[in-house]
Amino acid sequence: MLEISRLDVYYGVIRALHSVSLHVGKGEIVTLIGANGAGKSTTLRTVSGLLRPLAGEILFEGEDITDMPPHRRVALGIVQVPEGRRVFPQMSVGENLDLGAYARKDKAGIKQDLERVFSLFPILAERRKQAAGTLSGGQQQMLAIGRALMARPRLLLMDEPSLGLAPLIVKDIFHVIAEIRKQGVTVLLVEQNAHMALSIADRGYVLETGRVTLSGPAKELMANEEVKKAYLGG
Amino acid sequence: MAGSKCQPANLLTGLVFLADWLQQLTIGIVLGSVYALIALGYTMVYGVLRLINFAHGDVYMLGAFFGYFAANALRTAEHPSLWRAAAVFLIAMGLCALVGMTIERFAYRPLRQAPRLTALITAIGVSFLLEYGGQLVFGADPKSFPDVIETKPVVEWEYKGSFLIITNTQVVIVVVAFALMLLLRFIVLHTKIGKAMRAVAQDREAAALMGVNTDAVISFTFALGSALAAAGGILISLYQPSIDPLMGVLPGLKAFVAAVLGGIGNIPGAVLGGLLMGLAETFVIANTLWLPPILMRLGMAKESASGVDISNYADAIAFLILIVVLLVRPSGLLGSVQREKV
Repeated sequence: MLEISRLDVYYGVIRALHSVSLHVGKGEIVTLIGANGAGKSTTLRTVSGLLRPLAGEILFEGEDITDMPPHRRVALGIVQVPEGRRVFPQMSVGENLDLGAYARKDKAGIKQDLERVFSLFPILAERRKQAAGTLSGGQQQMLAIGRALMARPRLLLMDEPSLGLAPLIVKDIFHVIAEIRKQGVTVLLVEQNAHMALSIADRGYVLETGRVTLSGPAKELMANEEVKKAYLGG
Repeated sequence: MAGSKCQPANLLTGLVFLADWLQQLTIGIVLGSVYALIALGYTMVYGVLRLINFAHGDVYMLGAFFGYFAANALRTAEHPSLWRAAAVFLIAMGLCALVGMTIERFAYRPLRQAPRLTALITAIGVSFLLEYGGQLVFGADPKSFPDVIETKPVVEWEYKGSFLIITNTQVVIVVVAFALMLLLRFIVLHTKIGKAMRAVAQDREAAALMGVNTDAVISFTFALGSALAAAGGILISLYQPSIDPLMGVLPGLKAFVAAVLGGIGNIPGAVLGGLLMGLAETFVIANTLWLPPILMRLGMAKESASGVDISNYADAIAFLILIVVLLVRPSGLLGSVQREKV
């Protein structure tokens, strides 16, 4: 579904990605793990179009999208849940969800997806009129995910969905990610919480200072001694 | 100013000079609603780009000139009619919308990733380009704006020796200005593009990730602000029918101040700030009995046949008000305090 090859990305003169290649198959959950600054978010932001690579290629279902602006990628079904949630704080929960469906015109489908989001996160239905900035961190993360689902994603890019959340809520969020995949959405997940990420993913890539150093099925990575030592706390 | 013939009214003796006081109020609201229209453009562009578009006052000037050419072409002075007046507005607003989008596309968009100061300096450059380019194209001499509507008084009232005169032109200015503001409010709050504008203002990247074409939204914002400025330019020309390529400098500055006064980025704030600027300016001229003697003693004003001329100080005092307000409320009257992002 997603094919990234030899991606080089720079921030000014600082090289953030060195020839990163990876692929995500339809229906998979693939996770990128690694330390702070390893290039996980950079990879995700390049896939969503917020960053442009200096070299390399991104194919989505065979189509070259390397130079496509972000809003057109959303129309193709590539939707990112950004790091830090980034809900629109002064807009209501309902308006945030409406914006998720901004690129769509199928009113019936939008309404259906709204119901789906509300059944996934009942709290959002309760808080529909409330300004998004007044929600708790966990609720904002639910809103960010719900908002992304309103775009009817085919590939969902999730950037650190557990960041800053209480362990109990993190569990809920991961449960939801599994649920979303069951509904047929492919997920590319960036996480610092490598244990959680690998337990839910099919495959994983380990990034170190902008390079892919290891990849394979999630179970194998979890069993890998180096991964254990570096990312799984023993 | 209209009050200069009679004794300047003082708020305390307001009852005696009620008519005069109402006259100042009328003039203040007329000026203020035009400042508000211009201020909206500053505040909207700041909202989506965090850029002070210093060329905005000059777009207002261009609006007056486009209106001038349209009114002459349609011969509104000879054949005044409602549809001709409407056509003058629509033509000038449409052309200014194009000008605004062009400025954004070629002057500001290439600098989207550059430091903010770079874009700010470019804005000042665009402002000079329009002002002196305008002198080159239109000539530096003031031009007389043709009649678009026939001015006649709708209210004439004398009360204890002071007068209140309200003309249909003044009514038209306030009604058109507020109608446009309500239209803007509707667009921003209840349309899809308005929702996208608010999203871009709150978080441009997140808006892009929702599928919003942020460049198109920013372009639309410039079009909207420029069209409002054009309307302001024509409205003021109905009232003070002398236009020249530098006419946008001071109103532009005052409208910018109005936007800051109300809380830049805040749309109701721009309207409030604009009205306050107009009222402050008018009442400062009319109501400062204590000021002329001081200025005379300082040798800063001279007595003439019509009394002491302090109108030149009106702007200074209006800006003084701004400084005082910002000392107390740094983010403006309706501006929210910027929260630290976590």
